[in-house]
Amino acid sequence: MKRSLALYIPLVAVMAVLPLFLDSYWTDVLNNVGLYAILALSLNIILGHAGLFHMGHAAFYAMGAYTTAILNTTYHVPVLWLMPVSGLVAAVFAMVVARPIIHLRGDYLLIVTIGIVEITRIALINNVFGITGGANGIFGISRPSVFGFTIRKPQEFYYLIWIFAGLTVFFFHRLAHSRFGRALNYIKEDEVAAEGNGVDTGHYKLVAFTLGAFWAGMVGTIYATKMTIIAPESFSFWESVVFFTIVILGGSGSIRGVILGAFLIIGLPEIFRQFATARMLVFGAAMVAMMVFRPQGLLPPLPRRYATKSLKDGEASL
Amino acid sequence: MEQFFQQLTNGLAVGGIYALIALGYTMVYGVMKLINFAHGDLFTIGAYLGLTVLLSLGLTDHLGPLAGVLVLALMVMGLVAVVGVVLDRVAYKPLRSSPRLSAVVSALGASIFLQNTIMLIYGARFRVYPHDILPKMAVNVLGLDIPLMRIILFGTSLVLMLALYFFIQKTRLGTAIRAAAIDQGAAKLMGINVDRVIMLVFIIGPALGGAAGLMVGLYYGQVNFTMGWVYGLKAFTAAILGGIGNIPGAMVGGLLLGVIEALGAAYISVAWKDAIAFCVLILILIVRPTGLLGERVAEKV
Repeated sequence: MKRSLALYIPLVAVMAVLPLFLDSYWTDVLNNVGLYAILALSLNIILGHAGLFHMGHAAFYAMGAYTTAILNTTYHVPVLWLMPVSGLVAAVFAMVVARPIIHLRGDYLLIVTIGIVEITRIALINNVFGITGGANGIFGISRPSVFGFTIRKPQEFYYLIWIFAGLTVFFFHRLAHSRFGRALNYIKEDEVAAEGNGVDTGHYKLVAFTLGAFWAGMVGTIYATKMTIIAPESFSFWESVVFFTIVILGGSGSIRGVILGAFLIIGLPEIFRQFATARMLVFGAAMVAMMVFRPQGLLPPLPRRYATKSLKDGEASL
Repeated sequence: MEQFFQQLTNGLAVGGIYALIALGYTMVYGVMKLINFAHGDLFTIGAYLGLTVLLSLGLTDHLGPLAGVLVLALMVMGLVAVVGVVLDRVAYKPLRSSPRLSAVVSALGASIFLQNTIMLIYGARFRVYPHDILPKMAVNVLGLDIPLMRIILFGTSLVLMLALYFFIQKTRLGTAIRAAAIDQGAAKLMGINVDRVIMLVFIIGPALGGAAGLMVGLYYGQVNFTMGWVYGLKAFTAAILGGIGNIPGAMVGGLLLGVIEALGAAYISVAWKDAIAFCVLILILIVRPTGLLGERVAEKV
């Protein structure tokens, strides 16, 4: 615990003062890094811990964003109150769609989740129930306000996003080391053996899936209020690919890795803005090269020790 | 009734294209157990290479429309096959023994790379095929006016599919592919060069996909660098519909999906056309994951 504290306190201090030295553009880049880091962490519990190939995460993100947008613009509910509501809507949706498909084998699950995100996008474009605003989306979402203070500037959003990111790291770290997190890891390592040892794999997988969706729905709220306008194209399959890539490239199952992945994939390309056209080309080539040379990701999880003693000593890896 | 048959023929023509692309997916999946996400982009490359060859060589002017298109198709198939083999060498071969997820991510990276390469070379806008290559007339079949284009399209895909079917079923190389699909290790023991088989798969699949790209260019008259993605996903759906890894399944699945989609667009809604394909995909996977022609096999433990 001591060593990790010595490491994290300066890091948090640097993060806390960073926006004072950056202009709005770069602060906004960091805000995006934060949003994607949270989203990737929420996918990490599904993909990294439970080992479910889920490429439809953008659908739940969209659910959250649209729930916020609709309730805020129509009924004027303050956006921050809508965070848990949006999370719940996304979670219920996830539970309903995941129930029949959760047992599918790796690649099949991958392709079904792609189907789900595409159907969701098409439904949003087609203005389903007349509430999603069709291809133009919904605009005029209000800004969040905390104790009467309205958050508008990127520098102000920075704190909202990164405090939420900090809470997310804490929550998923604790979760990974809980009974639930260990059960998920058993399932990822060997599903049949886990089942044989009395782990209700179907149940755990469904809970992990729903929890990840809940979190993505909450990020949807922040995204909606940050942009004040949302449209179906922001939630396409390629968005899911970005989340997926962050988790795999960073190191599936590792919180440090996923955050590093978000910095590399969302932050780094901004430095090469002037080569915008060739950027995606390099991105694709880097994905291939990464898998060829380091398939386990940049910062894979450290080998875990399951003995309770070492856990108590705080030696367990993040 | 008239509308029904028009949609049916349209569905069969488009379904033939889906089937050709689906064959590439199903063969790669059958032998390597990998979803080749970049396959849709090979299809796009076919469409664009077709355009380039057509505009630069003017084959149809010198040889007449039918022979010209035939030569064009062979050239496109050959070129796309080269891209396919290179793709395998660079993105998949080093990952043969890695976890399957790595190969999936590599495939996605390759897809992004190819898509953006096409965009950088040809630009992001729609490119238009010369519209006067194949005759636009309609043929009267059993009292029904069917555009000749559809018949040519359907006929071509049928010929290509049958050729592949006989190649796989009757030749030694085809037998090697089937053997490697069942069990790579055992195939190696029987003296089959599995690396060669995989190379062959990455020649045939992309060649058929490239032919499909050319056909889409000729049929719809315009191509875009992102089109490979939608066609790729639908073709993959078709492969699953018929039973992935199963070659006749990919053919039946492709034609069936084309017809379902055309009828769905006509009688339900055009706006939901793409969603219909995905609903079919999800339903099939829930109800019968091995597809229509797939055998039920016990899960390997």
